[in-house]
Amino acid sequence: MVRYVLRRVVYMLITLFIIATLSFFLMKMLPGSPLNAEDKLSEEQKQIVLEKYGLNDPVPVQYVNYLAGLVKGDLGISFAFSNTPVTDILMDRIGPSAQLGAQALVVGTILGVLLGLIAAVFHNGFLDYTSTIIAVIGTSIPNFVFAGILQYFFASELQWFPVALWGDFKHTVLPTMALMIFPMATAARFVRTEMVEVMGSNYIKTARAKGIGEVGIVFKHGLRNALIPLITVIGPMAVSLMTGSMVIEQIFAIPGIGEQFVNSVIMNDYPTIMGTTLLFAALFVAIILIIDLLYGLIDPRIRIGGNNS
Amino acid sequence: MEGTTADMEKMKHSSTESAPKELFVLAQQKEDTSEKISGPSRTFFQDARRTFFKNKFAVLSVILLIIIIIMSFVGPTMNDHGIDDQDLARAKMPARVPVLENLPIPGFEGVLRDEFKGSNVEEATNNAYSRYDNQKDFIDIEVLSEGDGSKNSAEVRATYRVYEAKGMEDEYFWLGTDSLGRDQWTRLWEGTKVSLLIAFIAALISLVIGVAYGGIAGYYGGKVDDVLMRILEVLVGIPSLVVILLMMLVLDPGITSIVIALTITGWTGMARIVRGEVMKLKNQEFVLAARTLGQSNKRIIIKHLLPNISGIIIINTMFTIPDAIFFEAFLSFIGLGITPPQASLGTLINTGFDNIMLYPYMLWFPAIMISVIMIAFNLIGDGLRDAFDPKMHK
Repeated sequence: MVRYVLRRVVYMLITLFIIATLSFFLMKMLPGSPLNAEDKLSEEQKQIVLEKYGLNDPVPVQYVNYLAGLVKGDLGISFAFSNTPVTDILMDRIGPSAQLGAQALVVGTILGVLLGLIAAVFHNGFLDYTSTIIAVIGTSIPNFVFAGILQYFFASELQWFPVALWGDFKHTVLPTMALMIFPMATAARFVRTEMVEVMGSNYIKTARAKGIGEVGIVFKHGLRNALIPLITVIGPMAVSLMTGSMVIEQIFAIPGIGEQFVNSVIMNDYPTIMGTTLLFAALFVAIILIIDLLYGLIDPRIRIGGNNS
Repeated sequence: MEGTTADMEKMKHSSTESAPKELFVLAQQKEDTSEKISGPSRTFFQDARRTFFKNKFAVLSVILLIIIIIMSFVGPTMNDHGIDDQDLARAKMPARVPVLENLPIPGFEGVLRDEFKGSNVEEATNNAYSRYDNQKDFIDIEVLSEGDGSKNSAEVRATYRVYEAKGMEDEYFWLGTDSLGRDQWTRLWEGTKVSLLIAFIAALISLVIGVAYGGIAGYYGGKVDDVLMRILEVLVGIPSLVVILLMMLVLDPGITSIVIALTITGWTGMARIVRGEVMKLKNQEFVLAARTLGQSNKRIIIKHLLPNISGIIIINTMFTIPDAIFFEAFLSFIGLGITPPQASLGTLINTGFDNIMLYPYMLWFPAIMISVIMIAFNLIGDGLRDAFDPKMHK
């Protein structure tokens, strides 16, 4: 197990190294420098600025410095906000994004599991079809369309919630709802399929034969087994939350990382773009690693398989 | 001998229980039918087709998609407004459709309608006037509540006949115009065409690369497989979102760049699946037979292996297409995709959001279109998955 974990961590670091290298050289290829807005500077002043940003060094030296900075958590200095390190910008903005993502993931997954459970218990009944339709719609319709519907009806027309901006809990309701649609629908579909299969298995028959009540069977024997494979869809869910954060935060004007990314794209602020990209990559790779390790911990069958390979 | 004794027995019975002898007929020995195959034999694909066409949702989705594809070519030619005919004089016109405008269905009458509040009716009415360009002659006011003088207690519903106010009674913008006065009907279908085109091309290229890569890795196995799979592992480790975003930053925005960005990451899933399937099949007897007959490796892969896994390839492609549509819309939405004056569903939705409060129809039409397309593709994908699953054949 330890060897397996170590190997996975090494793979993860290699992946991150490749992404970092890729983004560094892409950054060098792109036009633009911190001087773009400051054309009035004299040659001497320009030199001082370039020196400060380390842009006078040869590219390989810059590359080594960049990697050394990354190890220390230094993502460079923003072009758009002079003198502000990208790390600071991102740290300032990680709060709202993390809160929205966590809320959407938790609420979405719980609702999705419930939907899937209801669908499986009333297999082929009216409730099953209803929750299947919800699941198909939820996985198909892009979350920015949902955001539009929510914003128009609940904020603009009914005025139950604020249209946009960031403040207290009320501000998080609509963005969370827009973000959670995909996790909810995915979980619902997955739990339904798994649950139908589990409920038809022999150990459920045994439990019934022993005279355990239906509630006990569904929750204790059925759901617990059906939930294990749900871990595998956390990956796609995380991706949907990351793409979602970019559009949803933009739509609801939330000062999060996604909104920062979109604004940086508009302002050609390459260091911030690359920093955000790296952050997303690191998050994603870490999530995948945790999922794999978690899967081994929860389901002993996988752990044995992992040792053999 | 035995027969006769049996008959004698029956006669005895019949005489006692009054069943006449002539009712008894000698049983004819029937041919054994248990080995016979009832019904015509069908190939796997015929079975799959039957199962698919039984799925009403999937069939409906196919019909809808065909209509949408045809309309994306025919639609822009149905009126004389071009995709980039800008005219600020007719900006933000609401939707107006002949015939429909006379029916009591809201949305296509060519009017803007909203509720306005004020401390009394007059103030509310003035709010409505100032909102609708002060064209008092063309604004109908309907009082909803008189109000008692306190703030926002009075409410009126104002209906602004925009087409009359602008002297365009003969003009019809079926889905309205955007903030630059461009016809939304034309732009919606052009945008749909661009979005579908990107999705189809990206899915097709992903399919070709993925099948070739996976097929070669799976069929040749050994060192070839090892090398190809290690490369693939590294590529899969890099989140596709990151790759797509980086590619879009470097490349000039446009259809080609989106296709490139989508295919760079899109083919890996297909390659993995095809590799697994080929490895399963390559040791079967029909492949051995083909090899014995002296067929080349290339021919075996193309002629014998691929047709056997075509079901899985088709299903996978059907789920790649909506993914590509989503990513195109996503990229255009955050400003990295299609650039104006070209339209795509993503850019249309993006401009729709800028006007969501006052002109929500600019968002609804492209939003409905992308939703319908996504749902249709997903339903077709589900239908195909069931159709290619032998357990679902009845």
